[in-house]
Amino acid sequence: MHELAITQSILEICLRHAEEANASRISDINLVVGQFSSIVDDSVQFYWDMIAEGTIAQGAVLHFNRIPGEMTCRTCGHVFQPTDRTFACPSCGSVAVRITKGEEFRVDSIDVE
Amino acid sequence: MTSRIPVVEKILSANDRMADRNRSLLDQAGVYSINIMASPGAGKTSLILKTLESLHGRLKLGVVEGDLATSIDAEKAAAAGLPAVQINTGGECHLDAAMLADALPTLPLEDIDLVLVENVGNLVCPANFQIGTHLNVLIASIPEGDDKPYKYPGMYRGVQVLIVNKIDLLLYVPFNMEYFQRGVEVLNPGVVTFAVSSKTGEGMDAWTDWLVEQVNDRKK
Repeated sequence: MHELAITQSILEICLRHAEEANASRISDINLVVGQFSSIVDDSVQFYWDMIAEGTIAQGAVLHFNRIPGEMTCRTCGHVFQPTDRTFACPSCGSVAVRITKGEEFRVDSIDVE
Repeated sequence: MTSRIPVVEKILSANDRMADRNRSLLDQAGVYSINIMASPGAGKTSLILKTLESLHGRLKLGVVEGDLATSIDAEKAAAAGLPAVQINTGGECHLDAAMLADALPTLPLEDIDLVLVENVGNLVCPANFQIGTHLNVLIASIPEGDDKPYKYPGMYRGVQVLIVNKIDLLLYVPFNMEYFQRGVEVLNPGVVTFAVSSKTGEGMDAWTDWLVEQVNDRKK
């Protein structure tokens, strides 16, 4: 449900950067969204089509670069993708691990004319 | 002609800036604040009521009520002599920094030591939206199950305090505390944790004494 708030934030960021670049139209928006950061689904594009209407971002296509969660074992250095049942290192069994990817949540770039 | 402009900006940066402003406002007024989050049914409302009871007379309190489903409505809190404000989230699944920014000026901050904010009952959305409080507190509960850190890592990662509620039910519900804690430790190493039962009162003093200490340390 918070996708609307998130869509508004994305629009605000994109319009600001496009204006600074004197762009006349935004065609594509490239987002980076990590697995741990948030649940963001197709409804963002749906909201986009509503709230971007009448702006230079009307009709822009949102591209989600989804980054799977990644953990690194502090004990043996093994890099792995955790499941939703366990975070233990599949190589040595240690639970001394840290999150190394999956918390990204940003507008990476926009394509403009 | 199309060209690509690098942006590299956090999606919720505007909310984060607003949260920083809330924090400054609270700091200037010398007010400590906590943001209490939980899934529906974790016992958030009764734990807050017990906490308010225990803190009564020790700290001057204020309440920001963001959960429309709660029984601590702002009117009742006000009737009990507590400054309180109800945020109408309009059906949103979380509080955001702008909502708190609107609510704070309606409280007599110069007369308050601690503001408790009750967030909307939800384990997903509130984790994304910092509101500017000094502490984010998550109430987990035994009947929810021991796998919740693995299923909702964002929420467990973003808090400074974890309260495990309803420990009186450990006798009746399968809950592997070691498995639960292993998940928590990976996501949030060293998070301050309290095991409590707001029903029997077990562990509640440890939590409220600790909270009073945080508020008083802050004032020094």
